[in-house]
Amino acid sequence: MSKTLFDKVWDSHVVRQIEGGPDVFFIDRHFIHEVTSPVAFLGLKSRGLKVLYPERTFATADHNTPTINQHLPVEDPLSAKQLKALEDNSNEYGISHWGLGHQKNGIVHVVGPENGITFPGATIVCGDSHTSTHGAFGAIAFGIGTSEVEMVLSTQCIMQPKPKKMRINVNGQLGKGVTPKDVALYVIAQLSTSGATGYFVEYAGDVFENMTMEGRMTVCNLSIEMGARGGMIAPDETTFAYLKGKPLSLKGDAWDTAVAHWKTLKTDADSVFDKELTFAASDIEPMITYGTNPGMGMGISKNIPTAEAVEGGVATYKKSLDYMGYNENESMIGKKIDYVFLGSCTNGRIEDFRAFASIIKGKKKADHVTAWLVPGSHEVEALITEEGILDIIHEAGFVLRQPGCSACLAMNDDKVPAGKYAVSTSNRNFEGRQGPGSRTLLASPLVAAAAAVTGVVTDPRDLL
Amino acid sequence: MAYDKFNILTSTAVPLPLENVDTDQIIPARFLKATKREGFGDNLFRDWRYNNDDSPKESFVLNNPIYTGKILVGGKNFGSGSSREHAAWAVYDYGFRCVVSSFFADIFRNNCLNVGVLPVQVSAEFSELIFNAIYDDPKTEIEVNLENQTITILSTGAQESFEINSYKKENMLNGFDDIDYLQNIKGDIETFANGLLL
Repeated sequence: MSKTLFDKVWDSHVVRQIEGGPDVFFIDRHFIHEVTSPVAFLGLKSRGLKVLYPERTFATADHNTPTINQHLPVEDPLSAKQLKALEDNSNEYGISHWGLGHQKNGIVHVVGPENGITFPGATIVCGDSHTSTHGAFGAIAFGIGTSEVEMVLSTQCIMQPKPKKMRINVNGQLGKGVTPKDVALYVIAQLSTSGATGYFVEYAGDVFENMTMEGRMTVCNLSIEMGARGGMIAPDETTFAYLKGKPLSLKGDAWDTAVAHWKTLKTDADSVFDKELTFAASDIEPMITYGTNPGMGMGISKNIPTAEAVEGGVATYKKSLDYMGYNENESMIGKKIDYVFLGSCTNGRIEDFRAFASIIKGKKKADHVTAWLVPGSHEVEALITEEGILDIIHEAGFVLRQPGCSACLAMNDDKVPAGKYAVSTSNRNFEGRQGPGSRTLLASPLVAAAAAVTGVVTDPRDLL
Repeated sequence: MAYDKFNILTSTAVPLPLENVDTDQIIPARFLKATKREGFGDNLFRDWRYNNDDSPKESFVLNNPIYTGKILVGGKNFGSGSSREHAAWAVYDYGFRCVVSSFFADIFRNNCLNVGVLPVQVSAEFSELIFNAIYDDPKTEIEVNLENQTITILSTGAQESFEINSYKKENMLNGFDDIDYLQNIKGDIETFANGLLL
């Protein structure tokens, strides 16, 4: 019987099927961070359980870390306590721990791939919904709750019903200034934030085939924003080239054996999906969101839709526009912004900084704009310096911060004040996501850079 | 973590007819700094429930004393966004044992089932009936019967059945969780792991 990529990876990880229930699903790689793991370890302790395979779990501190002065003790006592708990729990159970200040520290979904922990055909979970990022490598990767973190720690398994399958094809050539982020925001706008709930997505078509691994990660990262548990892309030469030689990638004969297997991880020609959608690359322009969920996005040259033109309740839609301080039918171009955030597991990699630099080079940051440029890891930080991007950043009047999740969820001090507008390369524009009362416009690094230098929403194609 | 057994819940309900209620609203990220599972109910819907000076927002339903009960009735696509189980903890800790919606986000639904909150998915029509019944009379009682997989508006007798897989149903009826099950099949898991390349 023909199988999809998803079937192949899923079926090979089922330890047991429960009649009328979920599958007992084996997890190859487990990432933990300081926010969603402490209670799981408490659960282990109260039951007197051990970590079954500590070598399959990797800890990094990212959600709740400062992005300046990381060499100093963390000021917020609650944050410091969480970071200490992660360190202590990792040490107690023999789990590798890349804490604050560690050379390999960074955002979990940036450092995992960058170090070769992620691999094709793997099953990967983390107590973080953007775990879907790792699907870029042809892995089944998704976010879990803390109860499930405890399950994985103690048994390396979780209980999951197999999701339905969806394929999203995007074909053609992306236009000037159109990035992987725009492709994802476009697809989410077409599907809404719940359009893929219950499905696992495979992205296919030449747009994804031609994308770099970093671009693929951005796309898969955002799968959860249309409700999908995850999204994946068949591994190919681009994938293998990225992983080859990474610190924790296989070496020598083991690598060759693995690659031979990974090459079989593609959807068989006559496979059937529960749902299949196809979009044209030429319909996608640089995107921006105008509302309070990631499905409320549009091409930057368009006007904000009317309540009647969108699916869903009018009351919810109007509440959302009220929160943003916008009106139906308005253009977003020219709207004043106050903050710019470049970073996150969505767009905090070196290619994102290169894109940002390509716009700001030789220009100056708008005076009224506060910009937070936060690399996804120390490795990204090092490349920024090495490639001369740091000089461009400084010459344009910006500063570079230290790695972490930062203003994406604003658990640390990087909070956008109430009522202020932030153009952010992160993944969520929910009410208060970037700080109580903050207003977020999600966009690509190019759109963020254009806003940073002009101080208003600007079509980056005008500056390229 | 073990939780109360769930069998039949009869309660008034709290209506929140907004769509796409995300977990950042249910519990904002700045309240995720705890290292224990305690007190999350105080911050349930924090920014919709309280002003910046911590005074209650009177217009928000949790601050309206006429709506009470152990059932929260939400709009479509309830619980989207972040995987934080803290959202389900907050719902539970506040005192809800059941959330009703015409559509749930996956991870939130899973998290609820793992912490003893029953997510009941109903049709859009039945969701309307419930909202109308509550608005007509806030004392309206709703009965959620897990064994029979039915939800009933007691004042009108309107009833609908809901889906839950038999494994999760057994767990909730008995107050078991998945770790109890997984611990019992550890031998199988170890055999499986020994056969893996990576």
